[in-house]
Amino acid sequence: MVDRKYLLDTEQMANFVADGYLRFDKLMPAELNQAAHKQMESKELERPERGKPFPGAYAGTPLGEIFAMPEIVGIMESLVGEAPLYDHEAIHIVPPSQERGQVWHGDAIIDLRDHFDIQFFYFPHDTPREMGGTMVLPGSQYRRISESDIGRYQNFRSQMSMVCEAGTVMVAHHGIWHCAQPNLTDRTRYMFKLRLNPTVRQLRLWNMADMDDVDLSAILHKNHEWYGNEVRIEVVNRIRQWRFLTGDESFDVGYWMSRLDNMPDNLTTQAA
Amino acid sequence: MPAPRQDLLILYAHSPDLHSRVVSWSRYDGAGESKHTSGDSDEPPYDSVVEAMRDGWRVIQFPQQYPAFPGMEYRTSYLRYEYILEQLKEI
Repeated sequence: MVDRKYLLDTEQMANFVADGYLRFDKLMPAELNQAAHKQMESKELERPERGKPFPGAYAGTPLGEIFAMPEIVGIMESLVGEAPLYDHEAIHIVPPSQERGQVWHGDAIIDLRDHFDIQFFYFPHDTPREMGGTMVLPGSQYRRISESDIGRYQNFRSQMSMVCEAGTVMVAHHGIWHCAQPNLTDRTRYMFKLRLNPTVRQLRLWNMADMDDVDLSAILHKNHEWYGNEVRIEVVNRIRQWRFLTGDESFDVGYWMSRLDNMPDNLTTQAA
Repeated sequence: MPAPRQDLLILYAHSPDLHSRVVSWSRYDGAGESKHTSGDSDEPPYDSVVEAMRDGWRVIQFPQQYPAFPGMEYRTSYLRYEYILEQLKEI
């Protein structure tokens, strides 16, 4: 198990529940980024067996070194436990002068479970806006859609392009809506994506030392501008996910779930 | 005789009110005068459907409203208030 100082804290977990992703800018050292970039260019990667434990994968290569770093292992253990299963990875390549963006999509078919997979997005080189970046839609992870059924949409208020410097890592809920953006430069863009499945109940896996200091109500009430009239239902989605992650079935913010949990039909009438 | 082509603007509103704020938008130009793709603008071309109508866009489809399917009362999925607008262009 990784040192607790590398685990996510409660504030980060709450933001993950509200936004569906966390980003860690310039997390990797320059030398390792350059080596990983070269590895991605060469496409030399021995793929692990799907459905087998991920730890130890890509051993002896720059990408193996990256995914064994305590900062990455801490994120992994906080979200999906100590020995997640390898699902798949992909070296994403956007060629130079690519003017069309990818259509918006989720990477999953409709998944009814509270359990979630995570996906790492690793950017080995600087990614300015003209080079694209993966665009993500904050707070879209609980929407029940299937893959590119959302491909008619082009733009949303509060959409966010991963404009970043080399060595940046994003980790996202598997349901997040995203799309590759055009690359208008004369250089090829690389991004490494890795999906992992949990093998343990996702229950209080992070460092909860700051639990009493975090304003959960403010974070879980975050209103992404594209929600429109459905923001309250999204808050219910988040409360449901937080209950799942903490095991606290009475947790609430803003009285939204308490009102629904109140079942007066099931109470016997008090005698006069 | 020149054949008109459809230029489609799809606006997703905050609520069924056509005055409400646009939260998402797409453009498909059948005349080929402009190109659009995912993530190509961070601000909508109009703040509301009515504002687009006042600029000459014709609404050709309204979203229908249905009660939630059983089990979906507190779930979210696609954007609900989708208005499709058009302009005809001579090419």
